[in-house]
Amino acid sequence: MNQDPITGHGGLPSAKGWIGAIVAMWALHFLVSDNLNPYYVTILMYAGINVVLAVSLNLVNGFTGQFSMGHGGFMAVGAYMSAMVVSILVAKFPGIDESAIGGFICISAGMLLGGLAAAAAGYLVGMPSLRLRGDYLAIVTLGFGEIIRVILLNIDNINVFGVNIDMGGARGLPGIASLTNFGVIFTVVVLTIFAVWRIIHSAHGRIFLAIREDEIAADSMGVDTTKGKVRAFTFGAFLAGVGGSLFAHTLCFLVPTTFDFNRSFEYIIMVVLGGMGSISGSVVAAILLTVLKESLRPLQEITKIDFRMVIYALVLIILMLTRPNGLFGSKEVGFNLFKNKRQKA
Amino acid sequence: MEEFIQHVINGLSLGSIYGLIALGYTMVFGILQLINFAHGEIYMLGAFIGMYSTMFLGLEDKPSIMSLLSVLFISMAGCALVGFTIERLAYRPLRRSPRINLLITAVGVSLFLQFSGQILFGSDPKFFPQIYQLDIEDFTFGELVIEPLQIIVLILSIALMIILQTVIFKTRLGRAMRAVSFNHDLASLMGIPTNRIISATFMIGSALAGAAGVLVGLTYPKIEPLMGTLPGLKAFVAAVLGGIGNVTGAVLGAFTLGLAEEFLVGYWIPNYRDALAFSILILILLFKPSGLLGVNRAEKV
Amino acid sequence: MRNLFLKSAALMTLASASAFAAEPIKIGEVGSMTGSEATFGISTHQGIELAIKEVNSAGGVHGRQLQVISLDDQGKPEEAATAVTRLISQDKVIALLGEVASSRSLAMGPIAQKNKIPMVTPSSTNPKVTEIGDYVFRVCFIDPFQGQVMAQFALDNLKYKKVAILRDVKNDYSVGLANFFTERFKQGGGEIVIDQSYSAGDIDFKAQLTAIRQKKPEAIFVPGYYTEVGLIARQAKNLGIKATLMGGDGWDSPKLTEIGGGAMDNAYFSNHYSSEDTSPQVQQFIEKYKKAYGSVPDGLAAMGYDAAMVLIDAMKRSPAALKTSDIRAQLAGTKDFQGVTGKITIDDKRNAVKSAVVLKVSKGTFKYETTIKPG
Repeated sequence: MNQDPITGHGGLPSAKGWIGAIVAMWALHFLVSDNLNPYYVTILMYAGINVVLAVSLNLVNGFTGQFSMGHGGFMAVGAYMSAMVVSILVAKFPGIDESAIGGFICISAGMLLGGLAAAAAGYLVGMPSLRLRGDYLAIVTLGFGEIIRVILLNIDNINVFGVNIDMGGARGLPGIASLTNFGVIFTVVVLTIFAVWRIIHSAHGRIFLAIREDEIAADSMGVDTTKGKVRAFTFGAFLAGVGGSLFAHTLCFLVPTTFDFNRSFEYIIMVVLGGMGSISGSVVAAILLTVLKESLRPLQEITKIDFRMVIYALVLIILMLTRPNGLFGSKEVGFNLFKNKRQKA
Repeated sequence: MEEFIQHVINGLSLGSIYGLIALGYTMVFGILQLINFAHGEIYMLGAFIGMYSTMFLGLEDKPSIMSLLSVLFISMAGCALVGFTIERLAYRPLRRSPRINLLITAVGVSLFLQFSGQILFGSDPKFFPQIYQLDIEDFTFGELVIEPLQIIVLILSIALMIILQTVIFKTRLGRAMRAVSFNHDLASLMGIPTNRIISATFMIGSALAGAAGVLVGLTYPKIEPLMGTLPGLKAFVAAVLGGIGNVTGAVLGAFTLGLAEEFLVGYWIPNYRDALAFSILILILLFKPSGLLGVNRAEKV
Repeated sequence: MRNLFLKSAALMTLASASAFAAEPIKIGEVGSMTGSEATFGISTHQGIELAIKEVNSAGGVHGRQLQVISLDDQGKPEEAATAVTRLISQDKVIALLGEVASSRSLAMGPIAQKNKIPMVTPSSTNPKVTEIGDYVFRVCFIDPFQGQVMAQFALDNLKYKKVAILRDVKNDYSVGLANFFTERFKQGGGEIVIDQSYSAGDIDFKAQLTAIRQKKPEAIFVPGYYTEVGLIARQAKNLGIKATLMGGDGWDSPKLTEIGGGAMDNAYFSNHYSSEDTSPQVQQFIEKYKKAYGSVPDGLAAMGYDAAMVLIDAMKRSPAALKTSDIRAQLAGTKDFQGVTGKITIDDKRNAVKSAVVLKVSKGTFKYETTIKPG
């Protein structure tokens, strides 16, 4: 089948396409690292992290129609878990974070365990919350995000596997190993898009879309909607944790206030702007908003007023009033590049 | 024993403030099934309108009951206007849209008011003028202290609740509100001006939030643009706890929440104060979603 | 003919010299100019600006004018990191001033260190900040010292033995200070009767204060920001608590007494400087600041001023090429620099060795009480 009958998207992208994308990212990495101002590279790196988070949120909010407002909490869990894991690795194998192979091991372990921890949190949050509808779910996820943040605020010294780690609590956790660069981040971006794409086009994805379209109908058709919602939520949380891990090893400093509701809101606006139900929309919106935020800095310096958040809020309201589907609605753009050449009719 | 009673008094006092805000939430939810996220910000605006009108009228140095009443009136009127505007511009156009859109818009309005507040008023905390000094001393019984202001706010909350109950159940306006909350289309078929009723509900709810803002400014004289978020959310929890849509429930839930917070902080761990409100919300929604006084409503297919 | 030749030669030399001299020395500043901690960032910024103007009008450094490029971080650590990256990579600054809050300094520090750009923080007090590397300096005392100061003051001057703590768990500065105070107070034979906490943004502290009241302490140590302390004082007074209130430099703001009113009287807090200091240098600074900004400078403005001056002094002592490694070396060698906040010597951990002042709140003003020396 060339065309997916439900989503109307083109056929499944070929493995070659994705590998090619990853290779392209690394080529870009070397190009960018040598020629581009580190300031711009930093912005692009954060843009990449935001893409991972926006796409993961879209899975829950856009594709499954469950309005989660606590995504920052899962990002926090992933970030802190990753920082802890890497601290332990560095304590047991000193200098591991300095070599290329060692660094690769560290960041992979960090992302994996961070993602799993966030997924566990997602499951714990999802199980009770996802029995609720709409507004209530939103507030409850907001609440859980806050609870996670408050818990992290109160964690100071912990002892794991004989290693004493000062997680810092309110004081923050400095000195996290710097393990990311453009290539690493954008490889993860490609993999994230790949993963979400695959899920959407699988049996699970059908369930997610069914839940979004008409939950009660799906329920009466025998679809286990609660399980489906929890799955979407957990997987979304996993990816958020991965994003958090990348964030931790890019900024190299963590403090719980970074992951408050304002952060969750920034990802909500990216998802809404891009179009809830469009992966490419989230990608574009995430990159656009991250870059826009920095480029509006001169305006702020001149007027001494920070307009950025006000503009965001206004954009959100105006979007909802005029174009609630966002930029791309539920269409995808640009995935034709990855279409399996053999299947092209 | 004294410590316990002091905590009870503090908790009730805290609860009465949540109650004033919760009343507005519950009314709007009752009629529109909408969680008006911006409600907390209206409360904040009430405090600021109160402060600026005091300064404008030059009342800082003339504490009196007249000053308080005039400032209260101006605040309530101002907030009613703001509530009306928000409903008209942001919520009414979306009344037929999917619920999630309305929710997102409400979040947008809330954040817009917060950040605009920071720009307009400056993000640093401001001192709320003490426009009403009671000449009565605090009531002390040994170590126990009850401030007259606490009693006033408490009485006011209960009084407003009773007034609201009366309006809803004993007046034509109230009957119209109940009809609209039951079914918009049916109500308008019956000749009820639905849009106007909804606007009126918003205005009343917002006015109450405005009053709460002034009273809080008086009791806790520090105000800042972000002061509305957390109390707003807690008031929502209180409303849900008591049974969303139920006026008495809102106040009952508010007192319960106030007491619970007070006891948690006083006797146990203060660090989790804010988390408590959310935990209560989660527990209630899981085990008794209709709240303490609410009635289970079947969801229409 | 010769006259003309000489004149034009002179003119050309002057022109080329001034063309070189016109190249300003770029210093970067990162601060929270917006957001809830805006007052801290703005005060510091004004102090820095005053210093730069002063030095520039006196001829600059090595004949070049100083230029400060200020970026706002909205009070967020990740913004601070991005801002500092921009300052280094885009604006090519050769030195950095900032940040006020330790959490933001901890976010920016590693980037400055990696790029070998000397960074001087005016008021970050978390010891971990200078541990980042040899390019990060501070001109203020660190939390361990400040916590000790008030503990010592309570023990020796006020002769207190029973103190309660009320800390802000959301604030790294508050938590650190509370910990160090506890350590020193207990060491001196004192007893912490109860350790309560609140979160920045709270307005009701009656629950905590009621619990504290029960334990009958002689004093309550409240190492938070003025934003909450004013209300805490009021509510404590309303509850009939007679214990003395004590705090740290986070109290330093006119808003403290505005919000706290009469309840703040007879409270004590440690600070970097006192506006009552009669030394001519301090009084001149206060005059100049008042003329430029219309208000008496607070501790943060004074620290900003001193941080800038210490940096400039190091630059003056460096060779004219102003290599960052030279500036760093000279900063490390700062000894007995007379700032408006006292004599500043940079020790081998790149922290400032200086005294703290204890101020007493009295009828809306801060009165000098005593000085506590380090060590």
